[in-house]
Amino acid sequence: MSDANPTIRVQSQDFDLDGEVRALSAGRQDIGAVVTFSGLCRDEGATLSALELEHYPGMAETEMRRIAELAIARFHLIGLTAIHRFGKIAPGENIVLVIAAAPHRQAAFDGANFMMDYLKTSAPFWKKEHLRDGSSGAWVAAKDADDKAREKWL
Amino acid sequence: MTKLVYFAWVRERIGRGEEDLDLPASVVTAGDLIEHLKGLGEEYETALQFPKAIRVAINQEHVEHDEPIAGATEIGLFPPMTGG
Repeated sequence: MSDANPTIRVQSQDFDLDGEVRALSAGRQDIGAVVTFSGLCRDEGATLSALELEHYPGMAETEMRRIAELAIARFHLIGLTAIHRFGKIAPGENIVLVIAAAPHRQAAFDGANFMMDYLKTSAPFWKKEHLRDGSSGAWVAAKDADDKAREKWL
Repeated sequence: MTKLVYFAWVRERIGRGEEDLDLPASVVTAGDLIEHLKGLGEEYETALQFPKAIRVAINQEHVEHDEPIAGATEIGLFPPMTGG
């Protein structure tokens, strides 16, 4: 069976990796592999004081769920959690979490990788840099490398 | 009236996050909408000067610029996404 119902959340508060993995796997004996990816805010060579994450409320959740359902169908995942934060996030803090569960490891690795590649290029979130010198920096530009990373799944 | 919502630097350059506009019948596609908005003032011209850099969502779903906007209750305009 691969009709996993994904857990999707968009929230300002932090998330707990261990707690989310436990919530996904509690009471189950069908899971053989869990891959957890978390994305953190870098300090960009000690120049950054925070990233400000803006999102399109409603569409962000809808788009993450759409991508999650693609990942579940394609890799026969039996569990998937995706959480994305918004608001001001300091270096060292969490931004995004993806947990993919499957009977075997390759599907779990691929499912998490696919989820992140699509999330980065089609979930409506934008990052603005706040710099340590007190100035407000630029909006982070979309990267060709992220588009290429997604294209590998086509 | 059609609700327009803007995000990131599109929102900043236009100077507001959302507005309701009456669109003329000549605005058929999402691309037409961008061209129409560019005529509404300097802030729109600045925000939308490179239409290829603008992503469009109709009723919170991604669409291409040639998508008709008929029936849209909410249209979002924003830069390429940079989440994750």
